[in-house]
Amino acid sequence: MEKSNMDDHGNLLDVQGLKTYFHTFDGIARAVDDVSFDLNKGETLGIVGESGSGKSVTALSIMRLIPEPLGKIVHGRVLLNGNDLLKIPMNDMRDIMGNRISMIFQEPMTSLNPLFTVGDQISEMVIRHMNLSKKESWNRSVEMLEKVQIPSPEKRAHDYPHQLSGGMRQRVMIAMALSCNPEILIADEPTTALDVTIQAQVIDLMMQLKDDFDASILMITHDLAVIAEIAQRVIVMYAGRIVEQGDVYTIFENPMHPYTRALLKSIPKLGNRSTSGREPLHVIKGVVPSLYHLPAGCSFYPRCSEAMDICRTDPIKMVALDPTHRVRCAHYATH
Amino acid sequence: MVGFCITLLVIFMAIFAPVLAPYHPVDDADLMVAEEAPSRAFWFGTDSQGRDILSRIIFGARISLLVGLVSQLLNSVIGIVLGLTAGFLGKWWDDLVMGLTNIMMSIPSLVFALAIMALLGPGLINVLLALGFTNWSYTCRITRSQVLSTRELNYVKAAEALGYGKIRIMFTQVLPNIIGPILVIATLGAAGAILIEAALSFLGLGTQPPTPSWGGMLATAREQLFSAPWISIFPGLAIFITVLGLNLSGDGLRDFLDPRTSRRQ
Repeated sequence: MEKSNMDDHGNLLDVQGLKTYFHTFDGIARAVDDVSFDLNKGETLGIVGESGSGKSVTALSIMRLIPEPLGKIVHGRVLLNGNDLLKIPMNDMRDIMGNRISMIFQEPMTSLNPLFTVGDQISEMVIRHMNLSKKESWNRSVEMLEKVQIPSPEKRAHDYPHQLSGGMRQRVMIAMALSCNPEILIADEPTTALDVTIQAQVIDLMMQLKDDFDASILMITHDLAVIAEIAQRVIVMYAGRIVEQGDVYTIFENPMHPYTRALLKSIPKLGNRSTSGREPLHVIKGVVPSLYHLPAGCSFYPRCSEAMDICRTDPIKMVALDPTHRVRCAHYATH
Repeated sequence: MVGFCITLLVIFMAIFAPVLAPYHPVDDADLMVAEEAPSRAFWFGTDSQGRDILSRIIFGARISLLVGLVSQLLNSVIGIVLGLTAGFLGKWWDDLVMGLTNIMMSIPSLVFALAIMALLGPGLINVLLALGFTNWSYTCRITRSQVLSTRELNYVKAAEALGYGKIRIMFTQVLPNIIGPILVIATLGAAGAILIEAALSFLGLGTQPPTPSWGGMLATAREQLFSAPWISIFPGLAIFITVLGLNLSGDGLRDFLDPRTSRRQ
């Protein structure tokens, strides 16, 4: 069924061979190295990985928000309905940002301008992209605040960000991001800074709004539980590369890459202590390699429990295990 | 608080000068009462031409405030536009603006103003222009540094991600958030401009007699410094108190705008 959906709608967003490098005094950091994936209409795609694995840089590259001249997209294409976003003039790109692709960030506490009411900030956004009058745009922002389930939205629209809690601010950010009916919402760790109960509320809200607005979501997180809950497909990133991608059941039930397996094993299980006694939590030994000195072969090789000699020397290619499940590991190269 | 009170008092004095002044500052010259010491008739005494010093100081406030506010407004506008664009756009424009700023800062503003005055000739309008184009470097530098730190903040980045153009971000996101330090600098700059205007008038390049200006009054009082000290003391005090008031206002403004020292919610 998943497959037929894809054929019906085609790829909304198609990222091909994306390489984003940062040129620093210490050398070149390959923050995103040959990343390819697609996002279908109405789909939620999760990107997971540790800090520094290139998740956020991938998102920023799609939005063309890489701080130049430090960072540069050196290769690749980002196709939105077949148009390469990396080729169009920045002015046209600004019409797409917020309007067709919107983004919300990790820090709701600081992502709103402290000097303006939240109603004004949503209005500004609507005025920018939809050319509505002041009054219409204000009505729109109240309507959006209502959609994100903020109580008494007419009153709250007059509030300044510091009068709202973190969860409410993230709702306002979501309201702002969705106010122009974008086709794609990129969420860069939207729940990381929130309480667990608020996290659940925000995630529920996002899922509901996704259906209401018929949007696709690119969810970036290091929280596997969030991914399991909401995503249809998952991309696992490590040191700037995709190491495994597939639909969410495959990744969680049948992970193939040693890194994905280790990640899943590292999640503490509730009630484990009472059944099997007090055991140390599983950890992946070592640290993410420096992006300046990536190993020649597999970048996970130094920490991999199943490493072979070939892993150290040869670049590993992506292997398709079935049409949707792909993995970058030497163990499956002969299949 | 004290600073604002003094500043408001001076502004009040300037606006209602014709009502407040007991005599006309220029026309009521009476050589019969020249160089009179302070008395009940002439609170601050009279100058060498018998004009009431109090009235001349009250009218002089108009010139001083005009110079302080207008020239600083000019400075602020130049400084903000240059600093904002330099900090936000960066690259060669930043280098150019900062180079210019450094050059401006290396020349003492009095000397620079003198040079412009020599070029344009004396007169009030020329004083305004000269001061308006010499002191923007501080505003510019402060603005730029504030922009550099503010543009890294999340809400500015979020605005970029929402497709806001550079000019929209500069004026709706960045500028309102950095206006505090700029205002503080502006009050200090206005005080500085009043001092320089006084100095220019003292040197005969500023406001021309008989228009009363505090600096000009000091200049003409030079010869009677020992015989009739009140002629120079009172304009000097007026300058001193006004500048002090503006500086204290700047301090107060900074405390008010800084959430850590402000008691407002």
